[in-house]
Amino acid sequence: MPDAVGLELIAKEINAAHEGAVSETGHEYGSATLVIEAENNLEVLRWLEETPGQEYTFCSSVHGADYLPAEPRFAVHYELLNRDRVERIHVKALLGDPSAGTDDRWGDGPLPTLRSSVGIFPTAEFQEREIYDFFGIVFDGHPDLRRITMPEDYVGWPQRRDFPVGGEPVIFTNTERERAGWYE
Amino acid sequence: MLDPRTKLEESKIADQFAGRGLNPLIEDPDGAVVTPMVESETSTDEQVMTINMGPHHPATHGVLRLVVSLKGEYVLDLKPVMGYVHTGIEKSCEQKSFWKAIPFVERMDYLSYFFQMQAYCGCIERMIGMEIPKRAEYLRIIHMELNRIHSHLVWLGTTALDLGAMSMFWYCFNVRDRILDLFEMSAGQRMHTRYFQVGGVAEDIPVGFTEKVKEFCRETPERVDQYEALLDRNEIFLQRTRDVGIVSRERLLELGVTGPLLRAAGEPWDLRKVTDYLPYGDFEFSVPVGTVGDNYDRYRVRVAEIRESIKIIEQAVEGLPEGPHIADDRKYVLPPRDELGTSMESLIHHFKLVTEGFRVPPGELYNPVEGPRGETGCFIVADGSAKPARVHFRDSSFINLQSLKDMCVGGLVADLIVNLAMLDPILGGIDR
Amino acid sequence: MEVERKSAAEFRSEQLRARDMLRGDLEGEALEEHVKERIITTTLDTALNWARANAVFPATFGLACCAIEMMSMVASRYDIARFGSEAFRASPRQADLLVLSGRVSIKMAPVVRRIYDQMLEPKWVISMGACSSSGGMFSNYAVVQGADKFMPVDVHVPGCPPRPEAVLYGFNKLQRQIVGDPDLGWRQRYNAAGTEEWARMETSVPTPEALAAARRVVAREEKVEQEAGE
Repeated sequence: MPDAVGLELIAKEINAAHEGAVSETGHEYGSATLVIEAENNLEVLRWLEETPGQEYTFCSSVHGADYLPAEPRFAVHYELLNRDRVERIHVKALLGDPSAGTDDRWGDGPLPTLRSSVGIFPTAEFQEREIYDFFGIVFDGHPDLRRITMPEDYVGWPQRRDFPVGGEPVIFTNTERERAGWYE
Repeated sequence: MLDPRTKLEESKIADQFAGRGLNPLIEDPDGAVVTPMVESETSTDEQVMTINMGPHHPATHGVLRLVVSLKGEYVLDLKPVMGYVHTGIEKSCEQKSFWKAIPFVERMDYLSYFFQMQAYCGCIERMIGMEIPKRAEYLRIIHMELNRIHSHLVWLGTTALDLGAMSMFWYCFNVRDRILDLFEMSAGQRMHTRYFQVGGVAEDIPVGFTEKVKEFCRETPERVDQYEALLDRNEIFLQRTRDVGIVSRERLLELGVTGPLLRAAGEPWDLRKVTDYLPYGDFEFSVPVGTVGDNYDRYRVRVAEIRESIKIIEQAVEGLPEGPHIADDRKYVLPPRDELGTSMESLIHHFKLVTEGFRVPPGELYNPVEGPRGETGCFIVADGSAKPARVHFRDSSFINLQSLKDMCVGGLVADLIVNLAMLDPILGGIDR
Repeated sequence: MEVERKSAAEFRSEQLRARDMLRGDLEGEALEEHVKERIITTTLDTALNWARANAVFPATFGLACCAIEMMSMVASRYDIARFGSEAFRASPRQADLLVLSGRVSIKMAPVVRRIYDQMLEPKWVISMGACSSSGGMFSNYAVVQGADKFMPVDVHVPGCPPRPEAVLYGFNKLQRQIVGDPDLGWRQRYNAAGTEEWARMETSVPTPEALAAARRVVAREEKVEQEAGE
C-alpha cells in the first residue's frame, strides 16, 4: 500500500496525464483508494500498470457494488497489486445509473456502461461477466459478455440493492397464524 | 469477427479447418448430461466433435459444465459453464448483521471454511480497528493450517481417484476424518464450524486438544510418505502428469492465478510470507515451488505444502500463548455466559448484540488471505448500519478456472480430466 | 435381524443331518422337521425387495458441501459397503438412488430433474442436508426452496451438512421402506398415478377382448386334442 503522500502523488500524476481522472483519494484501514470517473478507467489502470515506479501489474480482483441510494449509484472496484513491493491499490470507478428515476424494477432500461479492462488484465474476463450478471453493468469490448452464474434467460440483476431477496418466509410457532397456513 | 452463437473467432476456426465452415460449438441451452454430438459429415480425422461434459459428471469435482470441442483426441477449444450451485450468498449476507453472516461466508468454498471466516472476520476487525489476542491468532493459525491439510487431502484423494488410483481415496479420507475429529473437538462441528468470531475464536480449545494435535502432527508425515510412495513411482501416474498442462508463469500471472498453481510454475508468491494478517512470521516454514509448472509439479507442491503446514501447526501448538481466546470488547464480542447472571451491563450488551448486532463505521475494505487454492479475498462495504451493504468474495478457484483453457487446448482429451483435477476447483466457491 | 448363536456341537449335528438328507437317508418325521428348520418360505416380491434394499446403487452426483460428506460416507471410516451400496454409478441409467447432496439452484433444478427422469424405476431419492430439503439458510432468489418442489423425495436427512452417520441412518430407513414397499407410495403422495414406466401389472384383470381371444385359443386347442384322441 502506498502511504498517504505517495497516494496523493499518484493522484496528482494521473491527473496531470489525464485531466480530471482522479476525483478523490481515500486512505483508510490501511488501504489506499483512488476514486475515478468511469470513463477514465482504462487510462488510469494502464497508467498504474505501465508507469515505471508504479507497475501494479497483478489484478487480484474486480468486483462491483451498488450504493443505492447514493449518487452515482454503482461502482466497479479494481484491486491492483505490485508483487515486488507488496503494495495494493484499490481503484474505484464510479458509475451513474442511466435509468435512475424511472420505474425500472427488472432492469429493462438503459444499462450503465464502461470500457472492459480485459485488454489490460485478462483475469478480469470472468469477473466482469460476473458484475454484468449481478449488477447489469455493461463492459464495452468484453470478448464474451454473457451471464455467468444465473441462467442465460434470467431477467433482472439480482444483486442490485433494489432487487428483492426472494426466498420463502419461514413459519415459526409464533408466526404460523400470520404466514401461509399449513394448518388450514 | 466473432461468431454470434459461439463467440469464437471465426478466423481461428478457419485456420484450423482451412475454411470448411464447420461450427465446433453447439450449446444445449438447458444443460444436458454427457451427450456427444457429431457436427460434421467429413471423414473422421477431420471432423470436429463437441462434447458437453457435465454438469453431472463424476470428474468435474462438482457441477461444472465444460463445452469441449475436439478434433479427434485433441482439445480445440473449451468453455466452462458455471452457476449450477449459485447460492446467492453475497446477497443473503446483506440481510444479516455482520456477525450473523459468518455462517454464510463459510459455505462458499466448502473445503476452506476457516479461510473464508478469516478473510471476513479479519476484514471487519480491520474496519473497526480491533486487535485480537495472541492466543486467538495462534488458534486461528492452527485451525487454518489443519484446514489446508484437509483441503489438500480431499484434493489428493479425488485426483488420484480420477487417475484410477482408487486406494488413495480411502487413505486420504481416513486422515481427513482425523482432522475433522479435531475440528469437532474444538468447535463442535465437522464442517462449517463457525469457530472464528469477530475478535477471536468462539471458544477456547478443550483439554486434551493440543495433545491430539501433536499426535496428529507426529503421525501424518509418515502417512504422507506412504502416499508419495504410492504415487511417485507409479508409472501410470507419472506418465499422466509429467509435462501435461504446462502454462507459463507469465501467463498464469496475467490470468490472476494464485496459490499452488502459481507456485508450481516457479513463482514463490505466498501471502503468508509477504503480509502479516496473522503472525505467520513467528514460525519457520518454507514455500514449496515447482520448476516446470506441469501437473506433476502441482502435485508435488501440494504434498509439500501438507508437510509445511504440519510444521506450522507443530510450532503453533508448542508456542501457544496463554491468555484470553477472544478480545475483551463488549461492544463487539458476546460477554461470557457466567457474566449474564450477575452483570446487568453484560446482559444489555448481549441483548444488543444478539438482536441488532454491532455497527461498523462506513467504509470499504478488501482483505486477502492465503487459502489452500490461492488468494481468498473478502470485500466489504459498510454503510454505518449493523448489516453489510455488500459482501464480495474473490474466490481463488473462480479466478484459477480461467487458466483451464490454456492448460487443455492442444492437449489430449484424457488430460483434460487430469488438468481439471489438478486445478482443484471447488464449485461452491466458483458460483457462490 | 436377530442372529441366533449356535454351539459348535449343534452346528455339527445340523451339518450331519444335511448330509444325510442329501444322501436320501433322512425320511419321515426327521425329514419333515429338517425342512421346517432349514427353509424359509416367502413371496417372490418380498425376496425381491429384500435383495433390492441391500443392493442399492447410488448415483455419483454431488452438488455442494454435503457431497464431501457423502464421499466420506463411502470412505473407510463410515463405509457404506456394510449396507451393500458402495457401488456409485456415474450414469443415472445404472443408478437407483439419487442423493441430493447440497443446495439446488434454479439453474441446476432442471438438470437434477432430468437426471432423476433418466434413472430407471424403481428409484429413490434421499435429500441430504437442510438446503435440498427446505432451502435451508439460503432463503433467496437463487436457491430452490426444497427439492421436493420438483421431484419426489423419500427421505430427508437434516443437518448442515449432516454427519455421515446421519446419512447412513437415513439410508437404513430407506432400506426398511424398500423392504416394505418398493415404490413407497410416492405416487400417491405426489398425485402421480399413471406415470409408471414399467409394464402395468394388469394381466390379472384382462380386457374383454383379450379374454375372448384367450377363450378362442383354448377352445381351438381343446378341439385339436379331441380330434387327436378320436
